[in-house]
Amino acid sequence: MTRRLPPTDAVIIGLGWTGSILAQELTAVGLNVVAIERGPWRDTATDFPTTYAQDELRYHIRHDLFLRPAQETMTFRNNANQTALPIRSWGSFMPPNGVGGGGTHWNAETWRFLPSDFRQRSHNIERYGKNFLPEGMTIQDWGVTYEELEPYYDRFEYLCGTSGTAGNLKGEIKKGGNPFEGPRSREYPTPAQKQPYGPTLFAKAAIEMGYQPFPQPSGNLSQAYTNPLGVTLGPCTYCGFCEWFGCGNYSKASPQTTILPILVRRPNFEARTLCEVVKINLDPAGKRATGVTYVDSNGDSWEQPAELVLLCAFQLFNVQMLLWSGIGKPYNPSTNEGVIGRNYSYQVTSSVNAFFDEDKIFNPFISSGSIGMCVDDFNGDNFDHGKLGFIGGGYIGAVQTNGRPLQSTLTPKGTPSWGAGWKQAVKQHYLHAYQTVTHGGCCSYRDAYLDLDPTYTDAFGRKLLRITFDFHENELKMSQHLTDRVAEITRAMGPRQLDKFPRTGHYNSTIYQTTHTCGGVVMGDDPQTSALNRYLQSWDVPNLFVTGASAFPQNAGYNPTNTVAALAFMAADAIVNQYLRSPGPLVQA
Amino acid sequence: MAIHRRDLLTGAALGLILSATSAKARIIAGALPWEPGSGTPPIPVDAGPWKFFTADEAAAVEAIVDRLIPPDADTPGGKEAGCAAFIDRELAGTYGSARRLYMRPPFTDGSPEQGPQSPLTPAARYRRGLAALDKYCRQAYGGKTFVQLSDAQQDTVLTGMQKGPIAFETVSATGFFEQILANTREGFFADPAYGGNRNMVGWKMIGFPGARYDYRDWVERHNEPYPLPPIGITGRRP
Repeated sequence: MTRRLPPTDAVIIGLGWTGSILAQELTAVGLNVVAIERGPWRDTATDFPTTYAQDELRYHIRHDLFLRPAQETMTFRNNANQTALPIRSWGSFMPPNGVGGGGTHWNAETWRFLPSDFRQRSHNIERYGKNFLPEGMTIQDWGVTYEELEPYYDRFEYLCGTSGTAGNLKGEIKKGGNPFEGPRSREYPTPAQKQPYGPTLFAKAAIEMGYQPFPQPSGNLSQAYTNPLGVTLGPCTYCGFCEWFGCGNYSKASPQTTILPILVRRPNFEARTLCEVVKINLDPAGKRATGVTYVDSNGDSWEQPAELVLLCAFQLFNVQMLLWSGIGKPYNPSTNEGVIGRNYSYQVTSSVNAFFDEDKIFNPFISSGSIGMCVDDFNGDNFDHGKLGFIGGGYIGAVQTNGRPLQSTLTPKGTPSWGAGWKQAVKQHYLHAYQTVTHGGCCSYRDAYLDLDPTYTDAFGRKLLRITFDFHENELKMSQHLTDRVAEITRAMGPRQLDKFPRTGHYNSTIYQTTHTCGGVVMGDDPQTSALNRYLQSWDVPNLFVTGASAFPQNAGYNPTNTVAALAFMAADAIVNQYLRSPGPLVQA
Repeated sequence: MAIHRRDLLTGAALGLILSATSAKARIIAGALPWEPGSGTPPIPVDAGPWKFFTADEAAAVEAIVDRLIPPDADTPGGKEAGCAAFIDRELAGTYGSARRLYMRPPFTDGSPEQGPQSPLTPAARYRRGLAALDKYCRQAYGGKTFVQLSDAQQDTVLTGMQKGPIAFETVSATGFFEQILANTREGFFADPAYGGNRNMVGWKMIGFPGARYDYRDWVERHNEPYPLPPIGITGRRP
């Protein structure tokens, strides 16, 4: 039996970054907000104190902060001719769980996308012609421009205290920053983090080759910072336990360190943890969300009616919730019609391992999740693709984020995987090896999509989400090109041996790459090819907004969180200043 | 708010579905719900007898981990580092039972890109794998067990499991090998609280300072050896 609770103004599904941002913005104008989170409450002092946050086995190897696959997972196949099988243990990406979501255990790399990224289809056709885009590629414009999003990027960076060096201040190119970035309205809130030896050597080599390296924008702060809400973050200690871990120093920007201490004290806010939303409820006409139904950890079922439903879960679970709830037309790859599950994309990463003589000591354990020196000459359309035969790109750089011994003991190609040879190689190279990386975008394609699996179910008996995805030639060519470029710079650092690992072959769900899964509930200006309008409002159900990277029509060559958060701020602004005055569609289809 | 906290806190039906711990649904409102002593620090493993392995199994595992990471003049091997004890405690716990993983049927082999699809838990894979290894060695080496083989013979068997031609009937030899190799590395490099990496031999071997957590005074001291020895999360020193 489901018990009905008193109505509230807004119900939020998932209390991660975007749920916290929306809750903060809506409670600030007086709305009553209930956030429902299937994971536990988490705070710094209790859950990742400096006394045991730095536990590689528990957090990195055994995935302690993440969702349990036993609770929810997906099935996967490379193409529609295969039978999808369940991802039984996390591999290529790490779905978050609990209050703070991915914001608790990200690396805090806080990039903005390029202005041309938001018009990727139009931009590339204008420059290279329509025939340059391969058959089956379904990239599209976002329906929002960089200029429109800039104030919201700024909001998030000043919420977080992001550490960096501006490269483009109101159109003026600044020395030391990223000369390719879109214009920013003001400097970063805090100066860039200090750089250890590896990034410094990389930057020196890059400058000698004519590039303009710059410090990676970091949500691990170079100095203490008090944000506009009055919450203070501490300086990063370069502890080397960032991604996969909570931060014990209050120095990594997260909902816990930027929003929750203020939000939770508001009388018009309430969070319910270890409560799993099973469905968004609709009125009989299917045109209006009436609230959500959730199950608590006792197994008791509750209906929470609400005027507004804000779906703020992780990208994959946003898609799944809409499919379970019957909202929006499911995507059909054979007809290329429907929108829910359409344009699933990812991130195309690669690396180069360089092995030096013992006169170079890198101390890889001295690192934060987002230190590093980067080169952006090969991102987006910052370079001429005319003769290269692909579109898109990524940043390249020296951004090694840790020296944890289970994850980051590099050995040269040809080293045995065990025995005396392995042991000797690990010992010899740990302090004297350095990894550089590429972080490339990923286009969307007609045959890469999400739907519900016909066979496998979760603990509640609901169908698992099915991922059908593989890399395409465009992305593999891009990865080869980016890897060759970063290898040239890395070689100039003077290694004895250099091993290149461009992304090749099929997408592999068992090898960690990034958690930047994208798309499936994309935004745009046409309801035939998008599920959401530019304000992340459902075309079909106007009192439903869906945040997260599920809105990305394709992925750019940067880490997504800053853009995810900026879109959430823009949606919040639209709700407060437009929707609440006149509830209904904010864009006429 | 008409919903009462008590309503959310009674009962226990789906607690295991929603959480890895016995934590219960709760309402967070009005204040940050911090309580002293509510964290979950790791419980250092005790030095007592084997919890999962039989004596024969333990002897075989100690021999295996000492070939995967053999001792040398400077650093102990997997056996002395406690890798077998580490694996024993892991198999006796959550990891061994695969309680956190998706273990629902049907189990169908797929492509390598789709990942392992075995219904076996890690604990079951060890039990079967060690029994199959024992049977194989006795047949191939005139009744000898793995422990009784020479170093070279042991390496031949391990290589045969990893790359073929050795195959077991009840479990994938390659899958078992890959699992024990991964677990051995874990035992060599994980925090000593878990029973391996005894005396921080793994960390000392490579120069990893462990749980120090603050390098602000060293981040810009480029190309200099870091001077401090490792420390563990329980405050332990080598």
